[in-house]
Amino acid sequence: MYAQMVKTSGSGVKSRSEMGAQEQAFQARIDAGDKIEPRDWMPDEYRKTLIRQIGQHAHSEIVGQLPEGNWITRAPTLERKAILLAKVQDEAGHGLYLYCAAETLGVSRDELLTELHAGRMKYSSIFNYPTLNWADIGAVGWLVDGAAIVNQVALQRTSYGPYSRAMVRICKEESFHARQGFVIMMKMASGTPAQRAMAQDALDRLWYPSLMMFGPSDKDSVHSEQSMAWKIKVKSNDELRQKYVDQTIPQIEYLGLKCPDADIRWNGEKGGYDFSEPDWAEFYEVIKGNGPCNKERLGARVKAWDDGEWVRDGLMAHAQKKAAAKHAAAQEGSGNVE
Amino acid sequence: MSNEWPLWEIFIRGQHGMSHRHVGSLHAPDAETAIRNGRDVYTRRNEGVSIWAVESAHIAASAPGDKGPYYDPSDSKIYRHPTFFDIPDEVGSM
Repeated sequence: MYAQMVKTSGSGVKSRSEMGAQEQAFQARIDAGDKIEPRDWMPDEYRKTLIRQIGQHAHSEIVGQLPEGNWITRAPTLERKAILLAKVQDEAGHGLYLYCAAETLGVSRDELLTELHAGRMKYSSIFNYPTLNWADIGAVGWLVDGAAIVNQVALQRTSYGPYSRAMVRICKEESFHARQGFVIMMKMASGTPAQRAMAQDALDRLWYPSLMMFGPSDKDSVHSEQSMAWKIKVKSNDELRQKYVDQTIPQIEYLGLKCPDADIRWNGEKGGYDFSEPDWAEFYEVIKGNGPCNKERLGARVKAWDDGEWVRDGLMAHAQKKAAAKHAAAQEGSGNVE
Repeated sequence: MSNEWPLWEIFIRGQHGMSHRHVGSLHAPDAETAIRNGRDVYTRRNEGVSIWAVESAHIAASAPGDKGPYYDPSDSKIYRHPTFFDIPDEVGSM
């Protein structure tokens, strides 16, 4: 979810005969379900694709703090405020786990951030939609983090060890996020008519953007095949989207809300719901930078980075000065002994 | 232009008297900050009672290519496992 349309390096799926001995051995390890670790040999394209995917995933966590951070000061109760703060703090942690996983591939965090700030790396399209009112905070936790969980549960089995371990950790923390969102929705859906209307409106606006989180349909997803062969991706976009719809529709019914897709039907034959595709033209526009909040989100990240520079540099200078003083004192101390 | 903080590896001792375990890494300008950030990042849910921080550059590691040959010698020494020895039932637990 947090990684959409990640470009896979190389030109399509390589067959065994196109691979050298080293690469064949590598693919055999992947096929056997082995985890690849940072210092193991890996094809360049595998490394590059992972850096792009994990980097995009990390950026999504960090940018994802913005739409929710927007409501921390306006949460309706002190308890809700504390919960939202904890959730947003978790997102920072998730970003950090992922940046560290990417760094084991030989890229630095600063390099990844430079790419993000220059617009050369993306983050999930969902965070380019606004959070207009408190109901949106419920809907984001429930729908957006719900979609994240579907994707990330699958990614726990990804072939790259540090990425897989980061996913395990994130999944443990993520269900708090989805649940707190659902509880906000329950409260609003059982509240006054105005509150119910807000809950319905939030669902109406966020339903299709949530479905877009899984990326384009498999038939249009040009990069998926090689990533699946490497087990960087474990399940296809459409498989994950179906799973998400199947688990979310009963929750919508429980809330007494109405799915904005009038064509939702249970399909007994396939054992899942039939549903309408989101507007993919809108998706591509948002990815290109023309969503409702793209400029605001990236602008906020760049500003935070620029404004924080003196803090980063100051702490580094302080640490160096302290280390130098400690070193000098140790020299002097050893001199006194003699 | 980049004055990036060094990378630290964080080890946490859980609640139950276990040894410290590697939980992940983070960037920090010095050891003190690494430990404080380690608390914020890796113990938000009571995961630990003690934190070690080691600068990543100071960690020595075995070579991944050695995986087979380096550890093979122990494969043939199955007598190191207690189950190698059959003790008659009437002797009781041993």
